[in-house]
Amino acid sequence: MDRDHGVRDALARLLMALGPLNLGAEERNTVELVLAEVLNNILEHAYPGIGPLGTVRISVEARSNGLHISVLDDGAPMPDGQAPLGTAQDLNMAIPDLPEGGFGWFLIRDLAKDVQYRRVAGHNQLDLRLAIALPRNH
Amino acid sequence: MKISTRTEGDICILCVEEARIDAASALAFKEGVRSAAAEAPPMVILDLQQVTFIDSSGLGAIVAILKHVTPDRKLVLAGLTPAVQRVFELTRMDKVFALFPTLDAALGTCGA
Repeated sequence: MDRDHGVRDALARLLMALGPLNLGAEERNTVELVLAEVLNNILEHAYPGIGPLGTVRISVEARSNGLHISVLDDGAPMPDGQAPLGTAQDLNMAIPDLPEGGFGWFLIRDLAKDVQYRRVAGHNQLDLRLAIALPRNH
Repeated sequence: MKISTRTEGDICILCVEEARIDAASALAFKEGVRSAAAEAPPMVILDLQQVTFIDSSGLGAIVAILKHVTPDRKLVLAGLTPAVQRVFELTRMDKVFALFPTLDAALGTCGA
């Protein structure tokens, strides 16, 4: 994954790989948005700087309660050993004081369930579940 | 980042001619809009009809633009596609910005 368009390429390949699931437009956007935020975060924090990136491995498993996604990287650990809470920000303020950041983890935690970060044998592992592509009961 | 500019009376319409405002393009977007809006009249419509994806970086860049033009200019957003509208609603930024479903709706309200 290269820095300039690596995330875009990874997202495109991921969505293509999920083609057989026949996800609806909103479901596709859920996958793309959550993974964009996760990958951008890895780029910025796990692999900071301008050098080549390490490996990022994404696995997706479709189960009865949604898509179980694991993202592994070999980069620097999360500060304090935990993923940011991404709490909603108060926007009731004058325009010049509005936040321009801090939305990424909010979106991840709002759209995904069971978000869990672990540091395992020198790797970062982020697990989450998207409640989409659920088997329909007829 | 391709942004086209046209003026209709007291209104400047900036059309973002890119599909994505994301981490890869947020900086170029900010720079492009800033220079396009530099000589703009007091009302600026950001036409986002061609944008089919934004992430938190894209949202942050649009907020930065709002902060940059305020208070000299008013900024409204038009033509948000479903995925873009969704990010604004999830983050409650739809309460901060004036959003119009179409460019015509924006022009109608902003008085072209």
